[in-house]
Amino acid sequence: MAAPEQTELLEADPHWPTTRTSVLRDAIGIGIATGAYGLSFGGISSTSGLSVLQTCVLSLALFSGASQFALVGVIGAGGNPMTGAATAALLGVRNGFYGMRLAGLLRLRPRWRPIAAQLVIDESTAMAIVRESRPAARLAFWATGISVFVFWNAATLIGGLAAHALRDPRTLGLDAAAPAAFLALLSPRLRRREPRAVALLAAGVALVSVPFVPTGVPVLLAAAVAVVAGVRPTPEVPPDPAGRPDQVPA
Amino acid sequence: MWPAVIVASLSCYVIKVVGISLPRRLLDNARVMHVAELLPVALLAALIATQTFTTKHALHLDARVAGVVAAVGAIRLKAPFLVVVVVACTVTALMRL
Repeated sequence: MAAPEQTELLEADPHWPTTRTSVLRDAIGIGIATGAYGLSFGGISSTSGLSVLQTCVLSLALFSGASQFALVGVIGAGGNPMTGAATAALLGVRNGFYGMRLAGLLRLRPRWRPIAAQLVIDESTAMAIVRESRPAARLAFWATGISVFVFWNAATLIGGLAAHALRDPRTLGLDAAAPAAFLALLSPRLRRREPRAVALLAAGVALVSVPFVPTGVPVLLAAAVAVVAGVRPTPEVPPDPAGRPDQVPA
Repeated sequence: MWPAVIVASLSCYVIKVVGISLPRRLLDNARVMHVAELLPVALLAALIATQTFTTKHALHLDARVAGVVAAVGAIRLKAPFLVVVVVACTVTALMRL
């Protein structure tokens, strides 16, 4: 992705009215698409043993799709909820890197940071880092973040209430929803050979360790594969300096 | 359940705040970036494997596998996210009839 260098970022947008309209339109579109994802999160979470209130608190306070799915996945499988929380935090590490990149791009006043931080997710980052001017990057970040936040939380509530009425979620095949959702998140990251090898190895480590460690821990062991592969002295392919966020909701 | 909900939410929020407040220097460290790029790949792959092929502490193949294979097909056909999930659930449910 050819994200503009920060030094080249324009301070004023030459086509502001047009830019503003297209940024806002994209933000609402991404919000609606993410809402569909939130619907499935609400459903899966409230059939995994969490209350509708807990489900909604996750979407409001954690607000990062992959982490939320990971947490309720471990709980749904009967694992220790704290193991699920650890997995969720590890998946959330990428938001920290997005934040580092966005800080230079948006140049936020310190008092806005606590609010902006909550909106640092795949979608808002992807929309902000491709802009040519600072005003456009700022608008893209805030509009996408707020739009996704609103749709994601509304959809979580609806999905949670609807699924809570079900007696056995397995009848509807809902236990296949989470792995399918993870697959959709993973597939755009597998274009190169190295991440593909890491994915296969991580899946293998997890499956082999399942009989021997508590539920949820195999996923944490698999994270070690990423660390070992990442710190090798000579990586085959240089890492993407943009810390590329994907266009799919996560 | 509440402690896990609160710990997960707080830690994810703290990571976001730390990221947006830190200097950019860490981004110039190639190894740190490389690990950051591979971490979600490893975690997602492990989640898919365990949630598709295991129950509690044993390998356990059931209708979910068919659902996830159908999801792979839907992704290959560039289906939108919700369609992928609905296809997986529908195929799994039909296999259980």
